[in-house]
Amino acid sequence: MELLLVMLIGLLYASGIYMMLRRSMVKLIIGLILLGNGANMLIFLLGRIVKGKPPIIDSASKMLTEIYADPVPQALILTAIVISFGLQSFAIILVKRAYKITATDDLDELNTTDEIYE
Amino acid sequence: MIVAILSGFIVASMIPILSKLIKGKGSILLPFLPLALFAYFISFLPQISNGIPIDRFYSWVPSFGIDLSFRLDGLSMLFALLITGIGTLVFFYTFSYLKGHPYLDRFYGYLSMFMASMLGLVLSDNIITLFIFWELTSISSFFLIGFNNDDPNSRKSALLALSITGLGGLFLLAGVLLLGATGGTYSIQELLSQSEALKSSSNYNWIIFLLFIAAFTKSAQFPFHFWLPGAMKAPTPVSTYLHSATMVKAGIYLLARFTPVLGGTVEWNTTLIVVGAVTMTYAAIHALFRLDMKGILAYSTISALGILVFLIGLGTEQALLAAGVFILVHALYKATLFLVTGIVDHETGTRDVSVLSGLRKVMMPVAIAAFLAALSNAGAPPFFGFIGKDLIYEATLHLGDWAYVLTGAAIVTNVCLLFAGLLAGYKPFVGALPAQFEKVHLPHPTMWVPPLILAGLGLIFGLFPSLIEKSIIQPVFSSLVNNDTLIHIKLWHGFNIVLGLSLLTLTLGAMLYWKLKPSESLLSKTLRFEVISPKSLAEKFRAFFIVLAQFWTGFFQNGYLRNYVITILGFLTLLLGYRLYQGVNLYIDFASLTDLTIYEVIVVIIMAVSIIFTVFSKSRLVAVASLGVIGYAICLIFLFYSAPDLAMTQFSIDTLTVILFVLVIYNLPKYKTFSSIGVRIRDGVLSIFFGTLIAILTLEVLSEPLNRETSIFYAESAYLLAKGKNVVNVILVDFRGFDTIVEITVLVIAAIGVFSLLKLRLKSIEKE
Repeated sequence: MELLLVMLIGLLYASGIYMMLRRSMVKLIIGLILLGNGANMLIFLLGRIVKGKPPIIDSASKMLTEIYADPVPQALILTAIVISFGLQSFAIILVKRAYKITATDDLDELNTTDEIYE
Repeated sequence: MIVAILSGFIVASMIPILSKLIKGKGSILLPFLPLALFAYFISFLPQISNGIPIDRFYSWVPSFGIDLSFRLDGLSMLFALLITGIGTLVFFYTFSYLKGHPYLDRFYGYLSMFMASMLGLVLSDNIITLFIFWELTSISSFFLIGFNNDDPNSRKSALLALSITGLGGLFLLAGVLLLGATGGTYSIQELLSQSEALKSSSNYNWIIFLLFIAAFTKSAQFPFHFWLPGAMKAPTPVSTYLHSATMVKAGIYLLARFTPVLGGTVEWNTTLIVVGAVTMTYAAIHALFRLDMKGILAYSTISALGILVFLIGLGTEQALLAAGVFILVHALYKATLFLVTGIVDHETGTRDVSVLSGLRKVMMPVAIAAFLAALSNAGAPPFFGFIGKDLIYEATLHLGDWAYVLTGAAIVTNVCLLFAGLLAGYKPFVGALPAQFEKVHLPHPTMWVPPLILAGLGLIFGLFPSLIEKSIIQPVFSSLVNNDTLIHIKLWHGFNIVLGLSLLTLTLGAMLYWKLKPSESLLSKTLRFEVISPKSLAEKFRAFFIVLAQFWTGFFQNGYLRNYVITILGFLTLLLGYRLYQGVNLYIDFASLTDLTIYEVIVVIIMAVSIIFTVFSKSRLVAVASLGVIGYAICLIFLFYSAPDLAMTQFSIDTLTVILFVLVIYNLPKYKTFSSIGVRIRDGVLSIFFGTLIAILTLEVLSEPLNRETSIFYAESAYLLAKGKNVVNVILVDFRGFDTIVEITVLVIAAIGVFSLLKLRLKSIEKE
């Protein structure tokens, strides 16, 4: 499974970068999301994956003793997912707003601030 | 002493406040600053004459070994007196020369700054402070050359001078750092005691190379000489002060100062002799064809500087004595000639020697000063210049095998210099007075008295060399050769070969003056060779550099963010790729991998397909929907591999994102393809390479052992310390609670941002 995930991460990174390099603002945001997903998967995988052992302590015992999934990457990813949602929603609304004023989705036309009012 | 050195800076910094006063009557007060300094340095003269140097030490940055340590010895004394003495006269001269000029205050400010820097330069015992003052002289010179800043030529010359001397400054910095590192100290006095160790060090050649470049650029040696004629765009007081008497001698000072430390080796002597000899003859011949008085003087100054470098290169005691004397000789007559040129230019409005004549009839005192200076320049007895010239021949004649060649070069140079001196100091004043100059009158005494004083000194020192022999020249000589040999300079040596050479020079010079009449046609003939001159080459280099810089900036700083991303990723890919290519040991332990199940494989396939869809779909809706599918697939992977919290978060967040996207997307334009196929292929290739790289790196990291210390701590303490059984939750809300608060704050700010963007009502003007 690890090998499959590694390929998936590579694919997510590659597609994320490719989309970020496009001139469309919508594609830029999609690229960011893909890249974020790739990064999350990367962290997840590097913490080593374990099947069916969530880091939750049994009601009977007081600490995790046997093999368990690493809680630290999970905490990190959870934070990352939430923060990236903040970023994405803001970016999506910003794109909408920018389009309303400039009537373009092309990043290259947003290079100068002066032309907007012309 | 520190007050004396820094007083110029203090005055310069007060100029903006006192600007009104200086532009008005107050300007006559300023020349008293250099005068007071001159008196101050004269007061040390008895002690210096007895061979006792004066040291002052002020701690500055002791941790770096940089201190304001000053040492006044014979060599420094000569320069300090020249700087303050000629400074005084130039300050007085400026009072009339630039009277009523709107920027007079600025001019005095730059001039004071320059004087202070120059004093600091010649008095520093610490080579780091020496470098700082060195750079300050370059900067003040830049301001002074570009003083007429509405003239494009002036600005261009100022830039040229700054770039050449600034380049030299960088070499000096490297040189002093290397010198300091090799010698273990930045103090010149301490370096002196390590002279032998330095000379045998493996860094020796580098040190002298760096110092030479610095000295050659500053003192306008071939092939860096071309900035000096351009610098003559500056007002005449500046040309007098900076570009003939003092600043350009900073390079000479540097060489002279380090002669006892680094000199005496074959590399040192040969380089200096060759460069000096080439410069002195090249510039002297150049001076023959100029028409502009300032141009003539500029080339003859370069030539004189060449003579000084040449003499220091010869390195014998006689040569060093000659150098010491010639510094003074040259400063006296060349400053006079420049000041005279300034007067002529100021009163007649031209500096063309082919036009000027007969001016003695209208400005006798100026003519007298000019004649005296021209004669001293010619080395005619009984002038000081005669002594200087004698000493030069004396030095070249005692050189064994090379005596004939070097003496010959010296004769050619001196003949040309003599001609140049006559052209600038004699020709404009003799003959008939053209009608156009009949109204010309003598300027204010503050202008004609200074050149007369300087020219007079040239005669007095020649007649009575004993005046300065013991007091000034002997200490200079002692600090140059670093021993106690006594010198004796006198006017009359009896009938010998040196006298013969002097007479020969005079005769040849007079004949040349008789025969060669400078004219436009002659000047234009020499201009034909301009294409291969160092100046044109430097300018071509400069033009090339500008193009290169434009290309460089245009390429890397093109204003397109994604091109920056491409550059960064491309570089990263190359770097990492090279590292991996060097030696990667991909090792996959198949036993440690978790088993595959059919539903996992299906999830992965779904995900891969959706990624492809997201990237290549022509419809935005499909792309966003596929994005949602990717999110849900990730959610499932989290679920399979023991991360229920993540799965829940990913599920809700992904749903929200997709909804938001879909809601907004109606307002957005249709997908358009902006880029060409080539660009897309380039980006695709880069992305695939980068993705592969990340995958390989991930595999590499996976084969490394994992340190679980942190995880174990959380797993063990989650319940005991924080009373929670879901470890991930405990980490977020308890152990790392503050992080979570900050995270919530970020979300709140984002939410406020989103809300305000949605509610924002633009004013009508912004909507247009």
